[in-house]
Order: sequence, then structure tokens, then C-alpha cells
Amino acid sequence: MSIMEYNGSAVVAMVGRGCVAIAADRRLGIQAQTVSTDFQKIFQMNDTLYVGLPGLATDILTVSNQLRFYVNLYQLRENRQIQPNTFMHLTSNILYSRRFGPFFVEPVVAGLDTKTHQPYIATMDLIGCPMETKDFVVGGTCTEQLYGMCESLWRPDMEPDDLFETISQAILNAVDRDALSGWGAVVHVIEREKVTTRTLKARMD
Amino acid sequence: MELDFRVPTQHQVQRDWSPYSMNGGTVLALAGEDFAVIASDTRLSEGFQIYSRDYPKTYQLSDNMVLGCCGFHGDVLTVTKNIKSRIKDYEHLHRKKMSCAAVAQRLSVMLYSRRFFPYYAFNILAGLDNEGESVTVGVTNVRSSLVLPVTYYTHTHTHQGEIGLKNQSGAEEVPLSQDKAVALVQDVFSAAAERDIYTGDGLEICVITAAGVDMKRVPLRRD
Repeated sequence: MSIMEYNGSAVVAMVGRGCVAIAADRRLGIQAQTVSTDFQKIFQMNDTLYVGLPGLATDILTVSNQLRFYVNLYQLRENRQIQPNTFMHLTSNILYSRRFGPFFVEPVVAGLDTKTHQPYIATMDLIGCPMETKDFVVGGTCTEQLYGMCESLWRPDMEPDDLFETISQAILNAVDRDALSGWGAVVHVIEREKVTTRTLKARMD
Repeated sequence: MELDFRVPTQHQVQRDWSPYSMNGGTVLALAGEDFAVIASDTRLSEGFQIYSRDYPKTYQLSDNMVLGCCGFHGDVLTVTKNIKSRIKDYEHLHRKKMSCAAVAQRLSVMLYSRRFFPYYAFNILAGLDNEGESVTVGVTNVRSSLVLPVTYYTHTHTHQGEIGLKNQSGAEEVPLSQDKAVALVQDVFSAAAERDIYTGDGLEICVITAAGVDMKRVPLRRD
């Protein structure tokens, strides 16, 4: 068993027209045993910047705290909010600094550019190798299922409501085919002036 | 301390050897009310090598039964050859056609007979039962957990969202039409070909109705 599958997780982010969405499941388990059903895997870094951290729960906590620290430090020093792309490089650097004893998380970054309001999504592996895409990124224990769902449901230029429906269907149907993730989901739809957060009721098995 | 008394030679080579290979392939089947659809891609490969771009993994067993079989091609050939032979035996012995359920059971017995040295073949049987209603029967290797052919399940099963109307409230269940089923299969395979290197090149779709088996070829991405 890989340590990446010890706690179970599913995170996905998608781009829409002038908006992005990021969703994660809420399960925390120890292998097959479910421990908690309201575990937070997505963290707000800015008004319009979120990061999802699928992987080992203990490292989710460590990395989220470290990211919070560095983002706060950046804001104090620069007196402005961090750009999604800059934040992605920050995360990547933190992970690569642990190249030979890594944090077991695969961060998923989703946000809007603070100046141009362009949607931005990216993901990286546990040692920080980045991947920026224009459509969707996935991470966690059911990436195959998520890729399958996203590949068939995602369309370019979706409006926020459509994007919410699409990402919700993608994550719900993906985690239903994975024993390690699920037990509800949380979805954030990030727009220029507002962020809509919804928790989804799902199959509890 | 244990001492190694072997005489060192110039070329002491020890290799791990496996009787199995994985030749990829994706098979998918779904059932309508009076028809069944079974489809497979036409790529035969190993690792990064493509052996054939034109090798469908669907094997017609009778005029209303098709077996989809992928995994280790050597075992696939053996399984399909043997099941065809068993069907012939049955027909000579009982003087009647073998039903879909009977073939599924025979296949299950055949696979389980090799419980401790399994056929590395993943099987899906599609056909019509005796009343003309369709059945798709999944028969898997006794050790399918050995290497779970993830994509083979992934894209087909997650897509149940459309047929199974999972996670949708107030959705109306409309019986799946033949055209919609074929279109869905095509969509799902092009999605799979997008991400899986063992899936691509072409797609063979077999639509099984009381009239017989209708085969259709569709191109898929070749990279």
C-alpha cells in the first residue's frame, strides 16, 4: 500500500468562463476504516485563491499551515495579495525543498489572477513538479475515475452555475467508484466578486 | 554470519521472469431492453510498443453472443479457442444451442479451473437470453485484483452517471435507445483514448439484437 492511499482523498479543479471551481471529498480514513466525515482538504489562501491538498492527512495539515505562513509573510512584505501562479511556484518550492523526504501531498491550485481575473488552475506531484492546464486538474486516490468523468463532462467556457453542476457530478460519480474517498463533498466556485461554497450530500458508504 | 561459497563467475545474471505480459485493450458492454452492445478498441500493445493497430478484442461466439477478452494476448487466444471448443462440444452433446448464461457459467468454470495459475484475461460476455431480452454478463478472472485494468473500468463505470442517473434527483428514467447507446460508447472510448496509452487506434462496436450481430468500426486517436 502506498502512503498516498493511507487516508483516502479526491480533489478536482475546473476552469469556466471567468470563474474556477475546486472540489474535494470530506472523508478521513485509516485505510478502510472511516475516522471522520468532515475533514477539510481545501484551504483558502486569498480572496480568490484556493488550494486543495489530497494525500496523507498529517502532511495536509503541515503543508496547509506552512502555506498559510508563507502567504501571510508574502502579503506583509509585498503589501498585496499573491498571484495564483506565484503561489503555485511557492508551493512547488516548499515541496522540492523536501526532495528526498517528501510531504505526501499533491496540491491542486485554483484561483483567479488578482489583476486580469483570468482563471488559473495547476497541480503538482509530491515533490513539486508543476502541471498547468487550461481545462481541469485532478488529484487523490481516484484520479482515474476523475479523469474519466472530467474528460466526458467538461466543456469550455461554462458559466458558474454550469461549472458547479459539472464539477459536482464529476466528483460525486468518481468517489462512488472509490472506497477510500467520498462521504460528502465540498465545492467552491470562485468568481471575480464572490466565492460560493456548497457542501454536497452524497452516498455515505 | 553466512558465507557465500559460490564461485563468482564473470556473468552472474539473475532475471525475474514472468509467464505473463499485459497487452492492454479495453472492452465495454452495456445492455438495452432488447439489445446488447459490446465494444473494444483495436490496439494491441506491450509497454510503449504497438503490435497492431487493427486487432479488436471482441470474439463472436454465436449469432447472438460476443465475448470481449483482453489482458495477456497468449491467454486471450487460449481462452477464446477453448470456449469456442466447449460450445461446440455442448452443442453436439445436447443437440441445442448454448444459452448465454450457460456460456458465462462455463467460462467461469474454465477460469476458476486455473485458480492457482490463472489465465491473465479479463472477460465480458454480452448476448441475448432465450426470451430475446439482452443480458451482459461480466465474468472476470479469478485474480482480477492482480493488476486491475483501471481504465477499463474507470471510463465505463463512471459514465454510468448518464445511464444509471446516479446523483441526480428527479431524473426521468428513459429506456436507452440503440443509437444513444452506440453514441455513448463512442464518447466513452474517445475519452479513454485521450488518457490511456493502451487504448486507441480504432473501435469495434458490436450491436447484438435478435436479428444477429451488427459490427461497426470507428476510428480513434492513433497516438
